[in-house]
Order: sequence, then structure tokens, then C-alpha cells
Amino acid sequence: MQIDWIHFTPWSALVGGLMIGAAAGLLAIAQGRVLGASGILFGLLDGARGERAWRVAFLAGLLMAPPLARLALSIAPPRMDASWFTITLAGLLVGFGARLGSGCTSGHGVCGLSRLSLRSLVATLTFMLAGFATVFLARHVLGWS
Amino acid sequence: MALAIPFLCGLLFGLGLCVAGMIEPSRVLGFLDLAGAWNPSLALVMGGAVSVGLIAFRFAPAALRAGAASRRIDAPLVVGAMIFGIGWGIGGLCPGPALADVAFLEPRAMVFVVAMLVGAWACRYLKRTGAETLRP
Repeated sequence: MQIDWIHFTPWSALVGGLMIGAAAGLLAIAQGRVLGASGILFGLLDGARGERAWRVAFLAGLLMAPPLARLALSIAPPRMDASWFTITLAGLLVGFGARLGSGCTSGHGVCGLSRLSLRSLVATLTFMLAGFATVFLARHVLGWS
Repeated sequence: MALAIPFLCGLLFGLGLCVAGMIEPSRVLGFLDLAGAWNPSLALVMGGAVSVGLIAFRFAPAALRAGAASRRIDAPLVVGAMIFGIGWGIGGLCPGPALADVAFLEPRAMVFVVAMLVGAWACRYLKRTGAETLRP
């Protein structure tokens, strides 16, 4: 295994991770809710009406963060160069899978592991392995960039 | 005022994603590429988040605490996580960072989020019609 030292940023990764954990912890303690990005978004479309207000507030906060990060922390916008086909396919699979599996990286990965949920552990290991396998197949077998 | 807390949680979550570099698909793919030039950053993001979460969730309402979660491992969970992981590996995006990237006004993130909603809707539709045909 060869480590990409140029792009490895341990401190910012750790600090960002602590912030994500703090956000999830605060939402759990103060609101009794699980911070799952897919669940919050999908729940807005077909969840109970009384559950909509806090979801809208959360998403408003989330959408305010990037402009703030850009201005206050001079964080650069992402560079996205995947083809439209790739982006569309990836989005369809992520949405379908998160819905069927009842969670994504934040809901199962961060909150589920934090609350020692066996279901979330299985889900997290499964999507991690599927992600590793997909990138291996795409980059090293099929030769996509 | 009750909405101030979820708003702040969303803001902190989004800032965390930005600081951690999760908003950059190439970093996520760099983590998933074990056989290439591997970028371990994402492991520290997850480790940092879960280490705070493990402490915080002990103070959460009983319904969210360890042991309260369902232990049922079923096919939808595993198949869903597998499909999710394949999509994550193709695009390097998951729902939280994709929403943040929309706020960076990135057109590809907007297309991704629309596709994600279509995928979720398709899953709900299949589940519903599937349940109807299975009903005795």
C-alpha cells in the first residue's frame, strides 16, 4: 500500500470529524434526533408533517455552511469533473441504496456507530466494502480515471 | 426559537464537512482507492466524529442510546448499503457532502441531488408496489 502523503491532511480531517460528531451529538441530546443527511432530506418529502420544521431548519443550516466556510475559513469550492452520466448514475444508486438501507454515511456511519447499533455496523461495513470494491474495479480493472 | 438548535446542528455539520474535506469527491475516492495512492484522511474524519459521538450519545434520550437500536439484520439493510456503497464509489459523493456542494453552486452536485431524490423515490415506489403484490 502506498500512501498519498500530498493529499493526506490529518489535522483538518480530525477537526472536521470532531465538528461532525459534535453536531450529531447536539442534535441527539437536545432534539432526540439522529443526524442522518439522507433521512432528514427524504423525510422532508414524505415524512410526518410535524417533523418538517426541524428538518428544514437543519438543511438551512447545512446550506449556509459552505458560503460561510468559503468566506471565513477560505475553503475552496470542490472540483468536480466527473461526466454527467457518472454523476447521474452515482446519485441514483446513492439515493436508492440510502433509502432501502435506511441510512447513509452520517446516519449509519457516524450516529449508528456512536450508539453502538449492530444494524449500523453491518451497514457501514457493507457500504465501505462496496465502495472499496467499486473503486478497485473502476480504476484498476476497467481503467477509468 | 426551538428551531435554532437544528439550524446550528446543520451549520456545524456542514462546516465540519467543509473543514474535513469531505466536500471534495477526489478525497473520498482517494480514501476508497486502497490499491492506488491511498489517502487515509477520511478514516480520521470518521474516527473523530465517532469518538465525540460515543460520548455524546450516552447523554441522549433513552430511545437513541446504545441497546435501544433494532438489531434486525435483514436483506433491505444489506442490499441497500451495498447499492449505496457502489454509488459512493462511482461518484465519491454521499448525501451530506452532496448537499453542501449544492451550496457551493456546483452544477454537478445539483444533478447528483436530483438523481438521489429520484433514486429514493424509485425505492419507495418499488417497496410499496412490492408490498401490495406480496399481500395475501
